[in-house]
Parts: sequence; structure tokens; C-alpha cells
Amino acid sequence: MRARTLILGACVLLLLAVPLLATLLKQPYYIDLVRRVMIFAIAAASLNLILGYGGLVSFGHAAYLGVGGYSVGILAFYGIHNGWLQWTLAILGSALVALVIGAISVRTRGIYFIMITLAFTQMLYYLGISVEEYGGDDGMRLKVKSQFSGLVDLSDPIAFYYLVLALLLACIYLVHRLVNSRFGLVLRAAKSNEARTRAIGFSPYPYQLAAFVISGALCGLAGALLANHTAYIAPAFMDWTRSGEIMFMVILGGMGSLPGPALGAFALLIVEDLLAGWTEHWQVILGPLLVLSVLFFRRGLAGLLPGGDRHG
Amino acid sequence: MTWILLFEQLLNGLQLGVTLFLMAAGLTLVFGIMNLVNLAHGSLYMVGAYLTVAAVQWTGSYALGVLLGLLGTLVVGMVLEVVALRTLYERDHLDQVLATFGLILFFNELVAILWGRTALFMSLPSYLQGHIEILPGSIYPLYRAVIIGVGLVVAVVLWYVVAKTRLGMLVRAGASNRTMVAALGVNIRLLYTLVFGFGAALAGLAGLMAGPIYAVQPGMGELILIQVFVVIVIGGIGSIRGALVGALVVGVVDTLGRAFLKPLLGHFISAPAAEAAGPALASMLIYLLMALVLAVRPAGLFPAKGG
Repeated sequence: MRARTLILGACVLLLLAVPLLATLLKQPYYIDLVRRVMIFAIAAASLNLILGYGGLVSFGHAAYLGVGGYSVGILAFYGIHNGWLQWTLAILGSALVALVIGAISVRTRGIYFIMITLAFTQMLYYLGISVEEYGGDDGMRLKVKSQFSGLVDLSDPIAFYYLVLALLLACIYLVHRLVNSRFGLVLRAAKSNEARTRAIGFSPYPYQLAAFVISGALCGLAGALLANHTAYIAPAFMDWTRSGEIMFMVILGGMGSLPGPALGAFALLIVEDLLAGWTEHWQVILGPLLVLSVLFFRRGLAGLLPGGDRHG
Repeated sequence: MTWILLFEQLLNGLQLGVTLFLMAAGLTLVFGIMNLVNLAHGSLYMVGAYLTVAAVQWTGSYALGVLLGLLGTLVVGMVLEVVALRTLYERDHLDQVLATFGLILFFNELVAILWGRTALFMSLPSYLQGHIEILPGSIYPLYRAVIIGVGLVVAVVLWYVVAKTRLGMLVRAGASNRTMVAALGVNIRLLYTLVFGFGAALAGLAGLMAGPIYAVQPGMGELILIQVFVVIVIGGIGSIRGALVGALVVGVVDTLGRAFLKPLLGHFISAPAAEAAGPALASMLIYLLMALVLAVRPAGLFPAKGG
């Protein structure tokens, strides 16, 4: 357990040092890259709550990235640049969308759940494409980033970087508290044996739906961050391959492990970045790599860490 | 005049429906029998279209090209099953989804390397061009009518093979108890490979027939794949009958929605509002339909027996 804490602590220190190192080495690109990775790590951590601890295989998590992103974008489109307002809308809007999608899909199981969450996300994707007002297929630029009454300036890459890092750590802490609470206990119980959970007097549905909504809300926050990061919002936020990528981050990092999703996000996006720098056709290598990792690397990166945290 | 238009749009819906059915049949067979969720089914649709384009160019004959394209997709499917998918049968759905997702990336990029990213044009031979008169005063493209015919013939043949032949009996037996069938001396691995290859060939057939109507380009399979998911979720996963009904319903609803929703809305709300809401609602229609069906029947219209 000690070695594990040391390694993870070192990872956090390394993240803290990235802006300094990048500035010293005159490679500001890496601040950008790692910030993007951390935003996706938030999305992956939110998915981990329902996928890793709740056993709900949502193949539509990109929907909330889109809702979060468009919340920021649409308010900015009407001249409202207040970040508090924008991000609150992003979180509440995603929670509401997750409530509607969840209310229908959480009632179903297994393969139906996978396909329904995918189909709903696809529906939002087509909605984004067909609304010409907000740029349709091409999306729209975010001309002014979210304003936080002078508290944080998101145009400053380093300040933005530390904000994302703080939010990532807060998000992982929140998931940790959730899964170790009574609520999380019921969620995990329903994952391992639904019949027994019912037998001891818990109906899993409200717990799973609540987890689904919280997960969507957190991912909505990641969407608001992503919109500010790219200064751009497009239906591509909600592309179904995005959902697949987020899911891969969770699996690659290790399902149902707290640091897993972040590790997975780093591994996947850094490998993507390296391959893309090497050849235009990087996906032809990445695809089989992903297949191999599913077939032979089942415990994920977190499984390589010394000491287990099977319960988070 | 509007009745003729409605009739033509219904036929278009039917044509989309049979294309969806060819895809859904393979997907639902593979799921029902091998318990495998195969996202790469859309890739086989794409492979079918590309192989046929290449084979038609190479042989100079459309009929020969189609035959080679179908055979090629069959072989690609069987190789895929043996190399990658066979080990996934025992895994949970999550692993299957992820692994086949990886395969999609691979196939899309491979096709882009071999044929480029720009859409290819697939031309029809002269005997498939032109129009036929379906109703007095109403002409319809011959090729689309041929697609409808081929789709319906395949549906009947499929039903006959699965329900009435010895092969179909083995397939159904393998679906309900794999170990028992193997113990009775049937080579179940070979049987699965054949079923998968057959499903792949159906997807390839859908792809090569769609080629001259839609664009042949990398990623073409994913557009239809998600509609196919809607089809089999509506129809009931694992059921061929459900796949047929679901495909026709989705095909007709989608086509009619795109054609008539905007003018229909125009009667109720202002024209600019209908202009904006019509296309958005039309593209969401089949997903709303799916949500509605699931709210009433969570396992689809025709749930497969025993699972």
C-alpha cells in the first residue's frame, strides 16, 4: 500500500511540475497536451463511477461532453460570458439529460443498455448537426472564454492548467467518497449481485439512476472545460467514437479503480499523440493495439500498481 | 399527385428497410447464436462495397464483380472470426464492444490507405439503369426496385434455411446449447465460422448494393451500423423476424420523416420554425421511436426465445 501511495504521489507531483518543465524546455505544446488529457481523465473518471463501480456499460458518455460544451457555447453565443453561470448550466443541463436518458435505459440490462445509450447519444449528435443556428455540422467558435469575475483567467494556459488539475483531483476524490459511502455500497452490491441486493431490501434502480445522473453531471463539467480548451464547440464532441475512446480509457486504466481512468486517459491519448506524430495512418496501428489490450491486458494499468484497491 | 409521391417515398423507405434488414440479420444471428456483439459489422458492409468496386474495375463486368465482392467479404469475415473474434465468445459484452471498436478503427484506416479517403463512385451497368412504371403515371428507378426484390428474396431464403434445413437446425441447436451439440459430434467451431462468414456476406451484400446510391468511403459502415442497432433493439435482439419487422419500420419511418415532416409541421407552426425543427426532428425520429418501443416493451417487439 505504501509503495502504491508513493507512486501515485509522484504522479501528482509530476503533473504539478509539467508547466514548469514545459516552460524550461520551451515546449509549451505539452501544457496543452497534458491539459487535454486531464480533461478527458475527468470524463473517464465520471464514466468509471457507473461503469467500474455500477456495472452500467454506458456507450454514450460523449453526450454529456457535448451538452456541457454547448451550454458554454450557447450562452457565449448570446453574449453571456459569466463562467459561473455557464458551468452551472453545463453541470445541471448534463444532469437533466442524463436523468432523461437514464430513466429509460437503466431499466434495461446488458446489451440493450449499451445500444440504447449509444442511440441516445447519436440522437443528440444529429440534433447538434441539424441546428443551423449554432453552426450545424461545422460547430461554432468560442470567441470569449468563460469569465470567473477575475478569479481565474482561462486565457492564461498555466492558470487554466492548474484549474483543470485541481478539478481532476477533486473529481477523483468525489468518486472516492461516493463509492465508499452507503450509496456506493448499494451501487457496488447491485453490480456484483442484483438479486441479493433486492433480497436485502434495496431496489437498485434509484441508486443506479442517481449514479448515472451524477456521472453525467461530472462529464458535463469536462465538456465545459473541453469547450474552453479547444475554444470550439462542434457535434464532433458527441461523436460515438468519442464515447468509445472514453470507455477505452476506463478499461485500459483499470475498471473500478480510482486512479485507473486517469492512467488510462494518459496512456491512450499519449500513445495516440505519438502514433499521430509518426504516421498519418496511426489508427491502423492503434486499432489492433486496442484489440490486443482487451484480449490480454485485462486488469488494466492500475493492476500493475503494487497493492490493490479493489474497492477504491 | 401527393399520393404518388407518398407511394414513391414508401418504396424508398422499403428500399432502406431491406438494406437495414440485410445488416440486422447478420448482426442478430451472430448475437443470438454466438452471443457476440460485433460493432465491426459495419466494417464488413464497407469492405463489401470496396471489394466490389475493386472487382468490377478489375474484371470489367458488374455481375462478376458483385460475385467476387461477396465471396471476398465472406472470406474476410471468416478470417476475422478465426483470428480475432473467436476468443471473444466467452468474454462479457464490454470486452466484445471494445475489441470490435478497435477493429473498426483498423478497417477504416486500412481502407483509407488502400483506396484513399475520398468517396468512390460506383457505376451501374446499363441493364440496371433506367426506370420502370410501377403504377400508371408513376415511374421508379429500376435499381432501387431490384434492391427491394433482392432483399425480400434473401429474407425468404434466410427464413427457409434457418427454420427448415438441417444446417439451420444445427445452428439453432448450437445457439441453445453449444456443449451438447459439440458432444453429439458436430464441429461447432467450424459451424460458427460459417455462420459468421455468412453474416459477413449479407453485410457485404447490403454494402455493395448501397454503393451506387450512397457514397463509398471510409466510415460508411458506422452511419448505417447505429441505425441497425436501433432496428434490432426495436425488433428484439437475436430474432430474425424482429429484425425484418424492425428494419422495415425504421426504414419507412426514417424516409417518410425526412420527406414529409417539414411540410407537415408547416401546417401547425410558422414556416421558419418548421424549416428549423423539421430536419432536426426527422433525424431524431427513429431514436424517439426506439425509446417509445422500449418504454412499452423493454425487450423489443419480438424477444428471442430463451434469452
